[in-house]
Amino acid sequence: MFSLERWQEIFETIRKNKLRTFLTGLSVASGIFILVILLAIGQGMQNGIAKEFEQDASNRIDVWTGVTSESYKGMNPGRFIQLNNEDYDQTVNKNIDELEHKSGVFRLWGALTSYKNETGSYRIEGVRGSYQFLENASLSKGRFINQGDLDNFEKNAIIGQRVYKDLFGDKDAIGEYIEIKGVKFKVVGVYTDPGGEREETRIFIPITTGQRVYNAGDDIRLMSFTLEPEDTFEKSLAASEAFTAQLENDLKTKHIVSPTDTSAININNTLENAKRFFDLMDMIRWFFWGVGICTIIAGVVGVSNIMLIIVKERTKEIGIRKAVGAQPISIIGMILHESIFVTAIAGFLGLFFSLFVLEMVGPLIETDYIRNPSVDFEVAVATVIILVIAGALAGFIPAYRASSIKPIEALRDE
Amino acid sequence: MIEIKNLHKSYQTGNNSLHVLKGIDFSVADGEMVAIMGSSGSGKSTLLNILGILDEADEGTYHLDNTLIKDLNEKVAAKYRNKFLGFVFQSFNLINYKSALDNVVLPLYYQGVSRNTRLERAMHYLDKVGLADWATHLPNELSGGQKQRVAIARALASDPKVLLADEPTGALDSTTSYEVMELIQGINDEGKTILVVTHEDDIAHMCKRIVNLRDGVIIDDSKVSQVRAKSGIHV
Repeated sequence: MFSLERWQEIFETIRKNKLRTFLTGLSVASGIFILVILLAIGQGMQNGIAKEFEQDASNRIDVWTGVTSESYKGMNPGRFIQLNNEDYDQTVNKNIDELEHKSGVFRLWGALTSYKNETGSYRIEGVRGSYQFLENASLSKGRFINQGDLDNFEKNAIIGQRVYKDLFGDKDAIGEYIEIKGVKFKVVGVYTDPGGEREETRIFIPITTGQRVYNAGDDIRLMSFTLEPEDTFEKSLAASEAFTAQLENDLKTKHIVSPTDTSAININNTLENAKRFFDLMDMIRWFFWGVGICTIIAGVVGVSNIMLIIVKERTKEIGIRKAVGAQPISIIGMILHESIFVTAIAGFLGLFFSLFVLEMVGPLIETDYIRNPSVDFEVAVATVIILVIAGALAGFIPAYRASSIKPIEALRDE
Repeated sequence: MIEIKNLHKSYQTGNNSLHVLKGIDFSVADGEMVAIMGSSGSGKSTLLNILGILDEADEGTYHLDNTLIKDLNEKVAAKYRNKFLGFVFQSFNLINYKSALDNVVLPLYYQGVSRNTRLERAMHYLDKVGLADWATHLPNELSGGQKQRVAIARALASDPKVLLADEPTGALDSTTSYEVMELIQGINDEGKTILVVTHEDDIAHMCKRIVNLRDGVIIDDSKVSQVRAKSGIHV
């Protein structure tokens, strides 16, 4: 297989049959090229969708309230339902084993905030310690809210990266005091959020402090939870749906809201939304794999076809070679050696060309739903190898047949 | 050199069995030049194919250079062909994408001769058939006579015991036919055993012995006085 003589013979054959070689190579290279591009776009869509879910914990459940739309038990519609600490405590106590992260949220919209001469208007959220995980926020400096802050009504604040840039520029913010709606808070942390700038123009303070200094009593605007993850996505989803239904029912009973009222108690279950996207993503992935596999099959068929034609075309040559003393094994070896060499070179050329195109064009086609289109290199190489092996197998059968037909018949073949 | 006893061969075509060779007894001594004649369907090509180990007899024995040729697998058959036999075909059977020189090199390649040696030897035989200047030309750049001479050089390159020529002049006009026959006679003069299948009388009489086949049996086998081919062109 590795004898120099064989290589010389093969290179000569290839050199003298450029068109045939080119066509074989083209079918292999284009097959690989199309496959890699398809897989990369599929991956890009997957990345894009996954990114959409990164900004908050992917199994987060939010509960907020609005105005009733139906009369119920003698109550008129148009009544505003207010959540309070009691609702939160009851929910937590009832589900203490199931809940992973939990926080009530007290919220101020557009609160004027200043540090020395710099001012800005930000969303203030009074929260508990585990809200960090609900938000998927990570601290770039300092710490998040802890139990001590909550118990002692500490006036501590964790500011978003954007807020930090606005108010402090490059200066160190930790330990500095900012004024939020006339109340001084000490900055103890700076956070970043994968949701981007919009999510980083917020300031977190302890919920207890917020309720007290801004005279909110024990009102809360929002309750936010995640459940302990289960073994599988399906189980998590089922648990999450059960929890959501139970919670909605409890709140409606407690606040005397009609079971069919859709506007008074609002629950957003991220996991349910996620499931829809994951289903879609799965479908997209299967679709691209399906198309990819069909492409490979088409490539294999193409290569097989060409191998058949090549062998047919060379029947007479094979007869001549046998008449002058070529052994069958050397005929098979020659044809396979050539076909593997050509398909492998063409396959890798197609692979590198497609990777090059991805590198060049990839950034240009990035949108919210296609992000970083790329392909698993191992998958791509495996595909090339499959195609080469398929080509070799496809070539082997006619090569074997050609090698075993009598030279006299091969020579008669005009 | 060649010993054949009671050779039978039939072909199966659908339900009909065609009995082509019906008991051939035939021997060729070293250095002979034998013409095998016969009309089409007489079995002369079949006989040549069996002699050339391109085909196998159903019955009878065939000794080539004291080696029994029987039930050979493809591998051994290829080895014997390479070692004992050189072929010249009516349709030349050159590989059309290889130059004249590379065509002549081919049997040496399959003999495992090293590259330099085989190029040297192939060049020697091309020179012998008068085509040294055409070594790098492709077959389709050569005339019919030249192609056949390349084929003869190829047949000689492996230094075979026997040269088998199947209608070597069948595709050539009479002038080039004589050129080719003159070349073949010259090779025979050097002592090589040669079998020529032909249906042309004048070609047959350029050999030293004529074997006549009809309907699968030898009807006549006689020595003749050789007519020297005079092409007028001496190579």
